[in-house]
Amino acid sequence: MLGHRRVYIVPSRLGFFFGGTLTILLIGSINYALSLGFALTFLLAGMGIAAMVQTTRNLARLSVRAGRSDAVFAGDAARFRLAMANAGDFDRPEILVRHLGSGAQQSVDVAASDSAEAVLPVPAQRRGWLPLGRVMLETRFPVGLFRAWSYVEPDCRCLVYPRPVASALPPPAPNAQAGGARAHAQGSDDFSGLRAYQPADSPRHVAWKSVARIDTQHARSDDMLTKQFAGDAIVELWLSLSDLPASLGLEQRLSRLAGWVLAAERAGALYGLRLPGIQLDPGRGEAHRAACLETLALYKPA
Amino acid sequence: MKQNELARHGIVLPGQRPIAWREYAMLLAGLLLAAGPHALRAPWWLILFTLFLYAWRGLAVSNRSLLPSRWLLVAIVALGMAGIWLQYRAIFGRTPGLMLLVLFSGLKMLETRHQRDAAAVVFLTWFLAITSFLYTQSIPTAIGMCAAVAASVAALVSCAAPRRAPRANLRTAWMLLGQAVPAALVLFLLFPRVQGPLWGLPQDAFTGVTGLSDSMAPGNLSQLTLSDAIAFRVDFHGEAPRRRALYWRGPVLWDFDGRTWRLGNPRLADLEPRAGGTRVEYSVLMEPHNRNWLFALEMPASLPPQARYLDDGQIISLAQVRSRISYEIASTIESEPNPSETFLALERARRLPPGFNPRARSLAESWRAASAGDTEVLARAIEYFRGARLQYTTEPALLGRDSVDEFLYDTREGFCEHFSSAFVFLMRAAGIPARVVTGYQGGDMNPVDGKFTVRQSDAHAWSEVFIIGRGWIRVDPTVLSVPLRLDAGLARALPAGNAMPLLMRPELEWLRGLRYNWEALAHQWNLLVLGYNPDRQRELLSLLGVRGADWLELTSALMAVLGAFVLGLFAWMLHGMVRPDPVQKSWDQFCRKLGERGVTRSPNEGPRDYSERAARSLPSAKDSIQRIAALYMGLRYGRSAAETEVVELRRRVKELEFG
Repeated sequence: MLGHRRVYIVPSRLGFFFGGTLTILLIGSINYALSLGFALTFLLAGMGIAAMVQTTRNLARLSVRAGRSDAVFAGDAARFRLAMANAGDFDRPEILVRHLGSGAQQSVDVAASDSAEAVLPVPAQRRGWLPLGRVMLETRFPVGLFRAWSYVEPDCRCLVYPRPVASALPPPAPNAQAGGARAHAQGSDDFSGLRAYQPADSPRHVAWKSVARIDTQHARSDDMLTKQFAGDAIVELWLSLSDLPASLGLEQRLSRLAGWVLAAERAGALYGLRLPGIQLDPGRGEAHRAACLETLALYKPA
Repeated sequence: MKQNELARHGIVLPGQRPIAWREYAMLLAGLLLAAGPHALRAPWWLILFTLFLYAWRGLAVSNRSLLPSRWLLVAIVALGMAGIWLQYRAIFGRTPGLMLLVLFSGLKMLETRHQRDAAAVVFLTWFLAITSFLYTQSIPTAIGMCAAVAASVAALVSCAAPRRAPRANLRTAWMLLGQAVPAALVLFLLFPRVQGPLWGLPQDAFTGVTGLSDSMAPGNLSQLTLSDAIAFRVDFHGEAPRRRALYWRGPVLWDFDGRTWRLGNPRLADLEPRAGGTRVEYSVLMEPHNRNWLFALEMPASLPPQARYLDDGQIISLAQVRSRISYEIASTIESEPNPSETFLALERARRLPPGFNPRARSLAESWRAASAGDTEVLARAIEYFRGARLQYTTEPALLGRDSVDEFLYDTREGFCEHFSSAFVFLMRAAGIPARVVTGYQGGDMNPVDGKFTVRQSDAHAWSEVFIIGRGWIRVDPTVLSVPLRLDAGLARALPAGNAMPLLMRPELEWLRGLRYNWEALAHQWNLLVLGYNPDRQRELLSLLGVRGADWLELTSALMAVLGAFVLGLFAWMLHGMVRPDPVQKSWDQFCRKLGERGVTRSPNEGPRDYSERAARSLPSAKDSIQRIAALYMGLRYGRSAAETEVVELRRRVKELEFG
């Protein structure tokens, strides 16, 4: 949380025009000895002074608190939430919150003794932690003659998963230990795993349950999966870095793994993750998926 | 980010929103208030044209496609400027320049697409406001222009925060202006004043001011007396003299061409001391009349520093009176005249153009023939005017070539200029040096503030004759014929049905009462606000104990006071922020206390989680902690906030101990 910050203020372009106008009004008043001309000029000058103070006030002691930002995939925009809390008994309109790195910005109004939220969509390029970095708060309220700004660097970061790349899931490997541990009701079922749909596959073998979960907006044909059937009973998917050819490079392999995690989760399968030195036991569900993706996001080769 | 990129993100910066109705209304109100007074001077087509442009912009608020293209705008500019050229045969100069400004206000309004552009209209509003002060700086004008500034500032605020409630924006505008007033006052009083003008003013800068002129022909004074305008106001220090002694001396006219009296050739002279009479001291606040002369009671005894005395008894100012000025002056009234006069002046005061007014000439010659000396001729003339039954009127008949003859023998009615002209003519024809004095006679006391007001309707002309051994003696032939003129003023001296200024009509007594109040107020306004000039500033500073301050000292004093003002504003600003909230204060103290015991609240931990955690780690104070958390949450997030709960919270936090 940030409270006291330095607030910078300079006249805006309009402010310089304002100064020029006042100068002309003043010269006119002197030349024609217009008492009321002086009064008008000075009233406007006083208004300028008051505006300067009010513009500063609009930013002064505005506290900025970092809110939760949900993890995103690389290539998407991380949505950073900033809560602006106004302890003053006056409202602070038209505060432009701008992320210096990306230029993302939003204008917010903060009511008196209240707070408001700004959401900054910052493009996430690489996996790992994405720190928000410096944010500029800017305002020209109340008359636009002055521009006040201030910098905050909220302690705020967003987890960026690797950009998922879809590819055929690895073949399920039988695992006696895990298989024995789990009751398997449908012994006659010979489902063995999933692979990416290929045009020649029979529609009867398409995993329609998983198709239904596909986000239609971002659907690609390879989101569809085909059930594979084998004679054996329980299998689990092991998603392992070593299954992927090293020639792809680490990032590309992590991206494939991320794609597998999504595909496996979508298919409702049990899946585990193996990275050198890290192993996540098979499981499924949101939390498991998030744990896997987080491991991928933060993985650092030894 | 580029603008179009921003637009793609759905972000519209404040300045780029189109003008909405409320901004339009405020801009329009400001313009109408500021440009309104100019409608009195503008040609009718320009008024209609400008209103048409304003209305056009209004229609375009809801239908933006109606906004004109650039080429159409250029065509409108050209059309308007051509109109002004045809009207005035000039583009520069005061009035055409002003009309151009009015026209531009309409064009600028039409050109304003976004809120960002609205500032240009606002600045134009201020220019229009200040130009109307060139014509009048009265209280109503000041109020009107204040309203114009308020509307324009409200428009600026509205454009800077368009999402905000209009009411809140108005409040902000008032607050800005309210805070501006002290700064404006300080600047007004302390800003180093320079006496203008800085450069030559346009030729027509001071037209339209009324006042006496440097010549007198039959009819021009009576025109002036139809004006109710104030010539000057007088504040007597001590008792005011009787009304009949109030002869305010102005230009003295020596040369007559048969029709018109003109100024002579007076020289600068020292003030002559006068014997006898009573000395009165007074201050005069004079309206601008674009001439050099100042007015004083006959005869002046001391002069203000900027004035000079002429040898025919006039006082002139070194500069033309183009703004309202005030001066302190003293006169001795009813004093003995000065018996000396130069031969040349006396010669000039006997000169008459040949071949005019034969009947008056022969009358004067008959007086001369029957009299032993100048005094006796004068006595006969006075007797003549007393008995001639000449009528006093503000609507005299037009006179032909022999104006004096026609006045004395044919029409037998005239205004003071006819009386004095005829009298001086008769005196000169009889060989006695005589001259016409113009000025004002009388004035009425404002019962509200006890000050005298002398109006243009009090304009008067009288005569002076030179009697050897005594000097120049005042003779008022109007009063000889119409004694009422002196004691009761113009209104009662006139026969019924004569034109006279509305407010001088005796039946409108109540209206005059109202006017007295208004004028007393206006007098203070003129004196204190409009009359504040470099001299007054020096006086004010010496009152404050600063003598002979130069502009550098003045500027530093001004900066110091303004600096203090800004600091005061900042203090006000901080005051709004550090209003200690008792509930929050107690809660912070609670968190501090727990923190000392190792239970630090993490920033994203809510009060419930935190207190539960604290209660687990500090079981000895479990009840207390839970109660405090409950109180805090109730006060913070609950419906009601009872004062007793605040007190309890404070007490419990204070007494919180961990065994």
